Amino acid sequence: MNPSSLLCLLAAWTLSPLLLGIINRTKAVFAGRRGSPLLQPYHDLLKLFRKDLVISRTTTWVFVAGPLAGCAILGMSTFLIPFGGSPSILRFSGDMILFAYLLGLARFMTVLAALDTGSSFEGMGASREVQFSALAEPTLFLALAGLTLSTGELSLSGLFSANSTLHRGGMAVPLALIAVALFILFLAENARIPVDDPNTHLELTMIHEVMVLDHSGPLLGLIQYGAALKLWVLGAILWNTLWPFSTGHNGADAGIALVGMMGLAVGVGVVESVMARLRLLRVPALLTGAGALALISLIFIARL
Amino acid sequence: MTIDILWILFIVSNFFLLGSSRLHTYIRVISLQGFLLSVLPWFSEGPVSGHIVAMSLINGSTKGILFPWLLSQAIRRAEVRREIEPFIGYGSSLFIGLLGLLTSFWIGNRLIPPTATSVFTAAMALFTLFVGLFLIMSRRKAITQALGYLVMENGISILGMALLQHDPVVVELGILLDAFAAIFVMGIIMFHINQEFDHMDTDRLNQLKD
Repeated sequence: MNPSSLLCLLAAWTLSPLLLGIINRTKAVFAGRRGSPLLQPYHDLLKLFRKDLVISRTTTWVFVAGPLAGCAILGMSTFLIPFGGSPSILRFSGDMILFAYLLGLARFMTVLAALDTGSSFEGMGASREVQFSALAEPTLFLALAGLTLSTGELSLSGLFSANSTLHRGGMAVPLALIAVALFILFLAENARIPVDDPNTHLELTMIHEVMVLDHSGPLLGLIQYGAALKLWVLGAILWNTLWPFSTGHNGADAGIALVGMMGLAVGVGVVESVMARLRLLRVPALLTGAGALALISLIFIARL
Repeated sequence: MTIDILWILFIVSNFFLLGSSRLHTYIRVISLQGFLLSVLPWFSEGPVSGHIVAMSLINGSTKGILFPWLLSQAIRRAEVRREIEPFIGYGSSLFIGLLGLLTSFWIGNRLIPPTATSVFTAAMALFTLFVGLFLIMSRRKAITQALGYLVMENGISILGMALLQHDPVVVELGILLDAFAAIFVMGIIMFHINQEFDHMDTDRLNQLKD
């Protein structure tokens, strides 16, 4: 096992809540506030893990299993993600499909836990979540198919490794389209602003937040940590697509990738500050648009 | 490579038309398509000829400036801002657009004209035609249908330009003149429909009685 891969895995586990802190700080700066400390998400997580658990009597074991499994599955997905030029710990042909379905499975567990509460409110959130992810998943597959087709590599690590042909000349335009599609997907999957507002607690507009309303204490902490991990893995894929170059030095590559991830977090903060949330009815159009971009780039790559 | 950017802008602008509801956005996008069309002739092989310069200038000035101006005048007089309640919603329109894109690439790759400047010319022409037709079919307002007609005309122009070296410019000019007359007349008719009925929904015109 490559030691740098192990370090990257540890970075994913420890640094992912920091991204949330950077997003919140960026939004605060845009709004003219000082904002919470960058490490606030860590304090929030620690606070939640020290709290007691309140579980409704109408729920079954699924309610507890949902967040546990969700967080564990997202933790597993970090094993598949190459970062900063070092390959992932677990890699094999077609691991991108496992990655896509790990995300799907984590979502399924969250939805199950939400439905288990029996609250019509959480059922509504679950319905919205699966509706939008049904539109988002083809985009992820189309984007990954485009990347695979352009390099002939079948694993995420091979795709983004230094000797992959991802960035040979003439591919810039389709790759830029894939990056835009992945960015929209990144915002949608992580419940960020044009699709879902992470700050809102207005029932009519919530998607992700509404599903976790009944969870408290350590379970809520697991859900939030899982969300941070998801932000990290999807961000890492997006950053790998944006920055395929390698300096040939492991440390420098990892440093650039870390800066890139923070840059992505700042980008998300800027998007959240300058944009309003889309009307719920317009969200499918946005996601279909992202799918269209991925499909266009796939067509152009298939020709090249 | 560079022509790919042009095609991608074309596809993206077509999807914008399918997914947007504001009429001013439609007109801006159609104006952009006009300018893209004026760049297109420069990609044809061979030396720069009078044809190319003429087509570029005429396309840019009519489709990029004149038609959008006429249409925005029509919109201002008719006081409509957006398409409300199309027959087929925006999300479904985008999805159908995706299917149309796939179909036109499937057909277009079998129909590459021998003189085409790019392998995608036929596919792009078909897709633009499809989007234009689809806008005419699925939207309610007369003005959006006129815009769809203009998009269709853009599709015909793409095909025409692929064959520019062998086709006389006169044919292209003839098509443009038709389009110009049509847009002009549509602008006037839309104004009168609006005056007469207080709306521009064409599907309600079939209830006319004398």
